[in-house]
Amino acid sequence: MTAVSHSFFICSQQKELTSKKRDEFEDILEERRLSSDLRYAMKCYTPVIYKGLSPCKPNAIKSAVLQSEQVQYVIKQLAKEMGESPDIIQEEAMEILDEMGHSMQLGAVRFFAFTLSKIFKQLFQRVCVNEEGMQRLQHAIQEHPVVLLPSHRSYVDFLMLSYLLYTYDLALPVIAAGIDFLGMKIVGELLRRAGAFFMRRSFGGNRLYWAVFSEYVKTMLRSGYAPIEFFLEGTRSRTAKTLTPKFGLLSIVMEPFLKREVFDTYLVPISISYERILEESLYAYELLGVPKPKESTSGLLKARRILSDNFGTIHIYVGQPVSLRTLASGRINRCPYNLVPRHLPQKPSEDIQEFVSDVAYKMELLQIENMVLSPWVLVAAILLQNLPAMDFELLIEKTLWLKGLTQTFGGFIEWPDNLCARKAVLSGLTLHANIARLVDGHVVLNDKGLEDGAVGEIVFKRALAILMCATYRNQLLNVFVRPSLVAVALQMTRSFRKEEVYSCFSFLRDVFSDEFIFFPGISLKDFEEGCFLLTKCDAIQTSQQEIYPTDKGSVIVSFLSAMFKPFVEGYQLIFRYLSKETKEAFTEKQLIPGVRNFVFQLLEKGNTQCYEALSSDMQKNALAALVQLGAVKKKKIVETLLWDPATKFLNSLAGCFCLPLPFGFQSFSQGFDKQREQSCLFLIEGLLCVLE
Amino acid sequence: FYKASCLSSFRMQELLKWNGWGYNDSKFIFNKKGQAEFTGKRYRLGGMVLPTFKEWIEKTFGASLEHKTTSRASLNVNDVPPSIVNEEFLQDLRATKISYSQDAEDRVFRAHGHCLHEIFVLREGMFKRIPDIVVWPVCHEDVVKIVELACKHNLCIIPFGGGTSVSSALECPEEEKRTIVSLDTSQMNRILWIDEKNLTACVEAGIVGQDLEKQLAESGFCTGHEPDSMEFSSLGGWVATRASGMKKNIYGNIEDLVIHIKMVTPRGIVEKNCQVPRMSTGPDIHHFIMGSEGTLGVVTEVTIKIRPVPEYQKYGSVVFPNFERGVACLREVAKQRCAPASIRLVDNAQFQFGHALKPQVASIFTSFLDGLKKFYITKFKGFDPNILCVATLLFEGDREKVLQHEKQVYDIATKFGGLAAGEDNGQRGYMLTFVIAYIRDLGLDYYVIGESFETSVPWDRVLDLCRNVKERIVRECKEKGVQFAPLSTCRVTQTYDAGACVYFYFAFNYRGISDPIHVYEQIERAAREEILANGGSLSHHHGVGKLRKRWMKESISDVGLGMLRSVKEYVDPNNIFGNKNLL
Repeated sequence: MTAVSHSFFICSQQKELTSKKRDEFEDILEERRLSSDLRYAMKCYTPVIYKGLSPCKPNAIKSAVLQSEQVQYVIKQLAKEMGESPDIIQEEAMEILDEMGHSMQLGAVRFFAFTLSKIFKQLFQRVCVNEEGMQRLQHAIQEHPVVLLPSHRSYVDFLMLSYLLYTYDLALPVIAAGIDFLGMKIVGELLRRAGAFFMRRSFGGNRLYWAVFSEYVKTMLRSGYAPIEFFLEGTRSRTAKTLTPKFGLLSIVMEPFLKREVFDTYLVPISISYERILEESLYAYELLGVPKPKESTSGLLKARRILSDNFGTIHIYVGQPVSLRTLASGRINRCPYNLVPRHLPQKPSEDIQEFVSDVAYKMELLQIENMVLSPWVLVAAILLQNLPAMDFELLIEKTLWLKGLTQTFGGFIEWPDNLCARKAVLSGLTLHANIARLVDGHVVLNDKGLEDGAVGEIVFKRALAILMCATYRNQLLNVFVRPSLVAVALQMTRSFRKEEVYSCFSFLRDVFSDEFIFFPGISLKDFEEGCFLLTKCDAIQTSQQEIYPTDKGSVIVSFLSAMFKPFVEGYQLIFRYLSKETKEAFTEKQLIPGVRNFVFQLLEKGNTQCYEALSSDMQKNALAALVQLGAVKKKKIVETLLWDPATKFLNSLAGCFCLPLPFGFQSFSQGFDKQREQSCLFLIEGLLCVLE
Repeated sequence: FYKASCLSSFRMQELLKWNGWGYNDSKFIFNKKGQAEFTGKRYRLGGMVLPTFKEWIEKTFGASLEHKTTSRASLNVNDVPPSIVNEEFLQDLRATKISYSQDAEDRVFRAHGHCLHEIFVLREGMFKRIPDIVVWPVCHEDVVKIVELACKHNLCIIPFGGGTSVSSALECPEEEKRTIVSLDTSQMNRILWIDEKNLTACVEAGIVGQDLEKQLAESGFCTGHEPDSMEFSSLGGWVATRASGMKKNIYGNIEDLVIHIKMVTPRGIVEKNCQVPRMSTGPDIHHFIMGSEGTLGVVTEVTIKIRPVPEYQKYGSVVFPNFERGVACLREVAKQRCAPASIRLVDNAQFQFGHALKPQVASIFTSFLDGLKKFYITKFKGFDPNILCVATLLFEGDREKVLQHEKQVYDIATKFGGLAAGEDNGQRGYMLTFVIAYIRDLGLDYYVIGESFETSVPWDRVLDLCRNVKERIVRECKEKGVQFAPLSTCRVTQTYDAGACVYFYFAFNYRGISDPIHVYEQIERAAREEILANGGSLSHHHGVGKLRKRWMKESISDVGLGMLRSVKEYVDPNNIFGNKNLL
C-alpha cells in the first residue's frame, strides 16, 4: 500500500515539474497608496465563512475545550495518578487555556490594518499576490476547514498574511505563535487580539498541556472557526533555506480528518518571498553566534532608520489547496482509529507518522516550488563563486546565463520581459548596497569594517558579508539541489558509471538530508530527476550504464558543484572536528562554539576559505545528519541531551570528502541566546515609531 | 397443519414482477394528467393520487417525464442460457417424486435478488449464468434427498427462499461448470406445531414473513419479526443472512428469536438435542448457521419464539429542529432503555421525500389543518423546513403501558427540542417502508437509478458517519460525471445500547452517462469505503453475499476468515453449496 501511495506522491511532483503554469501577481500596496488607510481599516469586513460554521466567541471555544471529553479524560487520569482533586487540575487547564487562547477582536484587526498599511508602505515597494490563489482560498474556506502553511523567513510573514486576508475580505486566521511573544506585554496582547494563540516551545512530557493545546487547535479546526495558520518550519529560517519540517502541529490538524470528525481538510502551501529580508543582518550575526553590536540596536533611532530603508518587493504565492482526503486515500489503515474511542489520547501508529512526515515534506516542496526568485538571487550565487571582486560586465553576462539555467530547472524568477540584465543587476545592487557595491567597474563585497582591526575582526566582517550574501544564494539551492548533487557526485567519483554516481549521489543526499528538502525515501527518483534536468540543459549525456558530461556541459557541472562546495567543505570541516577534537560525549552548547573556534582559526590562518562553516545552522544540520546516519548517538542524561560520536564511522565519513586539512585551536566569542527577542524588538520598535 | 397462502405457489412469478419489486398490480405510474399514482389495492396508498410527487422527482433528480427508458416487456426465452442437466441425475430426481422445472422463466426468476445491477440486467440484458434446474422440496426429507443426489452427481446447490437478497447472494458464479440446482424452499411453508406453554413454534423454513404472521395470528400469536421485506422474504432466508426486524426492540433480532435450527448439509444434518433458552456447550453452532448465506447447507426447520399478539398499537412522530438533536434524543432513549417497538429518525431529505408522497387531501378541512401544523412548526417554533427532521415511533403492548411508555419517550424528546407531530405522520412513515421499494422501478423508467444500503455504528460516530457518507456520495457523483446532484439521504432505523443502525438511500439521474451501472457500483463502493473509514460495519443485516466480500478480511481479520473457512471445508468439502458468498 505504501509503495503505491509513494508513487502517487512522486507522480504528482513530477507532473508539477513539467506543467508549470503559474498565476499572475497583483500589487496590493498600489491601492493603499491611492486611498485612505483609515477608511480601509474601517471598511465593512464580512468575510465568507465555512459552510458548517455556527459563529462563536473565542471564550466559547475555550469553554468547549475545557468541557471536551478529550481534556476531561486527561484531567481525570491525572487526578487519579497524582491523587489530586480534578478541580485543581481543571484550574490548571484553565490557566493553560488563558495563556494560550487568542481573543480575536475586530478592533485590534482594524488597528493592525491601519498601522501595517503605514509600515508596509514605508518598508516595501510592492506586495504582490497571486489573486487566483486568493480566489481558490476563498472557495476552500467555505468548503472545508483550512490550514494555512506559509514559509517562514521573517516576522513579517504572519502579519502580512493576516493583512492580506483582511484586504481580500477573507476570514482571518488563528496563528500558532511561540510563547516568547508573550514576554512583550503590549505586543503579545495585541497579537492575541489579532488572532494569535501561543504555544510553549516544548511540552512533550506535559500531558495536560498537550491535551489542552491539541484539543484547542482541533476544536477550532473541526468547527471551521477560522483558518489555522502555522509554520511547518517551526521557526524563521535564518538562512532563507527551507528548514526541515516539524510534525507536531501538522499531526494535530490532520487528526480530525483521520478520525473522520471532518469530511476533509485543506492544506494550503503559501510561499512568501522577500527581495530583501528585514532581519538579514540580524540573522547573519545570529548564525555567527554573536549578539548584534549594541549601538545598532539602540531603540527607536535604529527603528527609524529601518523605516527609511527600502526592502523591495514581497511576493506571496498562495498555492493550490491540497485535500488531505486525497493525500490519505488508500494509505491509512483505519482499524486503529475504529477500535479506540476517539477522545482517548492515542500515539499515532508508525504508518500514520510516516504519512504525516510525507505530507509535511510534500507541503514544503510545494512552498519551494512557488518561491519567487529575484534577479539578485542569481547575482548573489555568482558573486559567491567570484570573490573578492568580479568584473561588472562579466557578472551581467553570467547572471543572464544563470537565469536561463534556473528556469530550465523549474525556478520561478520574477524578471519582467522588457527588463535588461544590466538594469536588473544594478537595481539588485542598489537594493542590497549593504552587501555589495560597484567599485571601478567591479562588484565587491562590503566586507570591510570602518577601520582595519585585528585579523579576527577582518575574518568576522568577511564572514558576516558572506553569510548575508549566502542568504540570497540559498534561495536557489532547493531548486538546484538534485542536478547539483549529481554534478558533485560526478566530480567526486571521477567515474562515468551510473551505478557509482548514483551511490555517491545517494550518500550526499543522506548527508545533506537536513540541509535541503528531499521527499523521504525516493533517492532514485531524485537522482533521475537530477539527471533529467542536466540532460535537459545539455550538461550531460546518459546511456543505459553511463553518465558523462558533454563538452559544453563542463561549465554547468563545475558551476553547480561550486555552488554546493561550501556545504561539502563545511561538513567536512565539521566531521574533521568531531573525529579529531572530541573524545567523549558533548552537548550542543559545547559543540557549536567548538566547531566555530576551530573553523575560525583555520580561516585566520588562511587554511580554508569556507566561511560558511561558521554558520551555526550548518553545524546543527550536520549534527542532525550524523545522528541519522548513526555516526553520532543521542543520549539523554538528566534533562541534557548528549551526543556520542562513533569516531571510527566519523573518520570514514570525513574520508569520503577526502581533502587533507591542517589543525589548530583558538577561542572565539560566543553566545547567541538573546537573538530572538532582539529581532522581535526590532519590528515592535518600528510599530511604535509609526504610532507616535 | 396450518395452511399456507398465495405466495407459496410453485410459480410465484405469476403474482410478482419478473423485472422489478413486489406485486404485479402494485406500482407507481404517472396517470393521464401527468400526476403520480400508486396502483393496486394491496397498500393503503393504493389508488391514490400523489400531487406533489412529480415535482419532487423533477426537482430532486432533474428528471423529466419526457425522457423515458423502457424495459423489455417480457423475458426473451431465446436469450436465456440453456439448461444443462445430466440424464442420470434427472432419473434419480424423478424417482424421488420431487417437483422440478427446467423452464427458462422459472430459472431466470431464481437467478437473482434485488440489487440494482440485477434488475438492470433483467430490464436490458441477460445473466451469463443462471440455475439449470429448479427443484421444489416440500419437506425436510426431500431436502435430504436432494442434497444426497447433489453429492452423488457433484452438482452445485443454491438455496432460494423469497429472492429478496440485496447482496448478489443469489447470483450464480459465472465460472461454475457443474449443474446448478436452485433449491426453492417455498413449498416448505407449514407451521409444524405451536407450543403455547413455552411460547415457541416450529416452522418450515420456506414460509414467507407475512404468511407466518397471518397464520400465527389465527392462534393469537406473532413472532414480531418484521424486516422491511417481510411480505416476500422467508424464515430460512432470515436465518441465513442474520436478519433484523423493525420491532427488534421488543422481539429481538433473528439471533434472539431462534430456539432451534435444523440444517441439511453435505456432511449430514446439524441440529441440537433440545430446545432450550440458552446452553453452554462451546461456541453456539447456531452462529455458524446464521449468516452462512447458503454456503453450508439448507435450513429446513426452525423453532422460533412467539408472543401473544399485542393488545394495542400506537404510532407516533416527533419533529426535531435538526438531525443532530434527533440523534441525541435517540441516544438518550437508548441509554434509558425505553425504546418503543420501533423508533426511526429520518433526515431532512427523507422527510421531504415522505412529504412528496402525501396523497391528495380529501377535504379542505384536512388541508387547512395541515397548513396550520406547518405554520406552527416553522413559523411559531422557528424550525427551518430545510433542516428539521422527523422521528417515527411505534408502541406496542397493553394499552395502559403503551400510554405510559409514550409519555416517557415524548418527555425525553421534548428535552431535545422535539415536538410531537401526530400519529398519522408516524403511521404514514411505516407504510412508506413497504412502498418505497416500488419507487426504484419508477425511477428506472426515467433514467434514475438508486439503491439503499445499511451499516451499524457506535453512537459517538453516528453524526460524523452520516454526514461524511452523504458528502462522499455527492462528491463521487460529481467526479464520475453525474450531471445532477444525487439524492443522498439517511435514516437511523435501530437503536442499541452501544450504537445504531443507519440506512442510506442513494439515487441519481444517469442521463448522459454511458455505463450507469458501473458508475453506480463505483460510487456505492466508495460509500462503503467511507462507512468503514468512519468506524461503521460492513453490514448490519443485509449480509455480505458477493457484493461486499472484498471487505471481509478487513472486517473480521485473517484468522477470523480462516475460522469460517475451516468450518466450510469440514461441512462442505466439495463445495456443493457453491454460491461463493461470504468467503
